[in-house]
Amino acid sequence: MDFPDELKYTEEHEWIAIEADIATIGISDFAQSQLGDIVFVELPEVGDELEAGKPCGVVESVKAVSDIYSPLSGEVVEINEELPDAPETLNTSPYEDGWMIKIRLSNPQELDDLLDADSYQELIKED
Amino acid sequence: MIGTDSRGLVLDEPLLFEQSQPGRIGFSLPEADVPHTAPAAELLRDEITGFPELSEVDVIRHYTRLSTWNYGVDSGFYPLGSCTMKYNPKINEVAARLPGFSDIHPQTPEALNQGALELMYRLERALAEVSGFPAICLQPAAGAQGELAGMLMIRAWHEARGNKRTKVIIPDTAHGTNPATAALCGYEVVPVVSDGILSRDAVAAVMSNEVAALMITNPNTLGLFEADIRAICALVHEQGGLVYSDGANLNALMGISRPGDLGIDVMHFNLHKTFSTPHGGGGPGAGPIGVSAELIPYLPLPVIIKENQNYRFDYERPHSIGRVKAFYGHFGILVRAYSYILAMGGPGLKKATELAVLNANYIRARLEGVYALPFTERSLHEVVFSEENLGGGCRTLDVAKRLIDYGFHPPTIYFPLVVAGALMIEPTETESKQTLDDFCDALLAIAAEAEHEPDKLKQAPTRARRRRLDEATAARKPRLRWRPSSN
Repeated sequence: MDFPDELKYTEEHEWIAIEADIATIGISDFAQSQLGDIVFVELPEVGDELEAGKPCGVVESVKAVSDIYSPLSGEVVEINEELPDAPETLNTSPYEDGWMIKIRLSNPQELDDLLDADSYQELIKED
Repeated sequence: MIGTDSRGLVLDEPLLFEQSQPGRIGFSLPEADVPHTAPAAELLRDEITGFPELSEVDVIRHYTRLSTWNYGVDSGFYPLGSCTMKYNPKINEVAARLPGFSDIHPQTPEALNQGALELMYRLERALAEVSGFPAICLQPAAGAQGELAGMLMIRAWHEARGNKRTKVIIPDTAHGTNPATAALCGYEVVPVVSDGILSRDAVAAVMSNEVAALMITNPNTLGLFEADIRAICALVHEQGGLVYSDGANLNALMGISRPGDLGIDVMHFNLHKTFSTPHGGGGPGAGPIGVSAELIPYLPLPVIIKENQNYRFDYERPHSIGRVKAFYGHFGILVRAYSYILAMGGPGLKKATELAVLNANYIRARLEGVYALPFTERSLHEVVFSEENLGGGCRTLDVAKRLIDYGFHPPTIYFPLVVAGALMIEPTETESKQTLDDFCDALLAIAAEAEHEPDKLKQAPTRARRRRLDEATAARKPRLRWRPSSN
C-alpha cells in the first residue's frame, strides 16, 4: 500500500494535499482497500460550506456505505465531476484521478490536527 | 463432504420476454355482450415492442420453476445474523385464516369488531408483560416505523417541556436504522465508540442538556448484553434525556430480562423476529412500541381501551403524535404473533430464548479459535467472527460463497461495521444439534481449505446455479429492466 509523504492524513482515512489556501481531499489507499469495490460516490456541491469533522459525502462499496468526513472547514470550490460516473477510480487511483473535492480553507489552524504519512501508517497498524 | 447426488435435470429459466414466440396466446376472452366502441386512433398502437407472447402452460411453468429456486426458512437453515430468520409455526397461519379474523373489513363498526379489538388488546397486554412497559401501541408497520413513532414521541415529550434539544447519542453497535430515524426527526447524531459494550463513562463524555435521547440496541449488534444499561439510563435521565431501545434483538431477552424494568423509555418490538411472524417477501412486518408511563399521553392514535367488557378506540388524546398507520396496523400479523404467544405460553417463550442463546454459543464454542472472535464477552443470541484468522488471502466474502457449495445459506457478512470482515451468525432456537454440527463442520472445512486450497474459496460457488456474480459491475452499471435490444 502507498502513502505519499507529501500528503496529510486523518484518522477517518482521508488524505489532504495543500496548495496555498486550497485543500484537495480524497480517501487513502488503505480506505479504498478496506471498502472493496466502490460502486457509488456522492459529493457535496460547489459552494457548500463544510465544517471539519462533519459528513460531507458518501462512498458506497459492495460491502458497506460510509460517510466521508470533511477533514477541514471551508467552502467547496471544485468537485471531481467524473467520479460519480466512474466510482471505481477511487479503487484504481485514490491519490490522483480519484481526488474528491477541493475546498478553500476558512480555518488554516485545523491543519495542525492532520497526520503525516508516518503517523498515519502507525495508526493503521494499530487498527 | 459435498453430496454427490445427481443434478441431471437442472432447468435454466430465461425471462418470459426471451421465451416469447410470435402468435402464442395464453388467454381467451368471452364474446362482447355490449356494443363495440372505437377508441380514438391516436390511442391505439399496432404492437407493443417486445411484449411477450406465451401460452398459459409456458407462464405457469416459468413461475413454478422460479418458485422452486426460492430459499427460505421452510427449506433450510437460514443463519442471518441480525435478521433473526425464525421458523414461523404453521399454527400462526391457521389462526390468521380463521374467517372471523381474515374476513373482517377494517371499517366494520367497533361494536361488530369486538373480537379483533380484544385480540389486539390482549396482545398489547402480553407484550407489556414480556417487556415491562405499561403501555403498547401495535400500529407501526415495521421496526423502522416503530423507531420513528418512538422518536417522535420523545420529541413531543421534550417540546411539551419547552426543551429545544438538538442531539441524539448513538453507539457504534446500534442498528443502522437508528441514525436514520434520529435524522428524520430533525436531530443531529452524536456517535459514540463502544468498545463492544457501551460504558457509562463513554455516554457521560457526550451527554449534555442538548441531548434529547440515547438510542441503544440491546443486546447490541455484536450479540452482547449492554451490562451498564441501568447506569446509562440513570445518567441520561439525570440530565433530562430519554432512552430509546431498539428491541430488534428482544428474542435474546424474552422471559429473562425486561427492558421496561431497566430504565428504557421507549422500545419497538419486531414481531417478525421475536414473535415468529413471517419476514416473507419483505413484509408486511409489525413494529409495535412499548412506552414508559411518562410517554403514554403521546402514544399514536387511536388507543384501544377496555370499558366494562367492551373494547373501543379512543381518539380523545390531545398530546398524541397522531396516527402513524392506516386503520390499525397489519392486523393479520398481530393475529399470528398472539397465536405464537398463546401456543408457546410463558415458559415456552423463555425456553425459546434460552435455546436461541444456547445455539449461538454452541456455534461459537465450535468455531472459536479457528475463526477469530474480536469481542470475547459472553454472546447472547448471535455471534460475530472476523476474517482475521483466514489463511490463503481469503476474505469473508469467499467463506460466504464457499458455504453455498456446502449446501448452506451464508450468514450475514460485513455487518456490524465495527468488526473487520464480519461473519454474523444467528442460528435461532429451532435448529437441531445435527444441523448446527453440519454447519460448523462446513465452516471448519472451509477454514482448512482457505489455508491449503484457497482457490476453492476464491472460485466459489462452483456448485450453485450461477457462479460468483460480479456484484461491483452489477452495482455500477445496473440493468434494471429488459429491453428488446438486449435480446
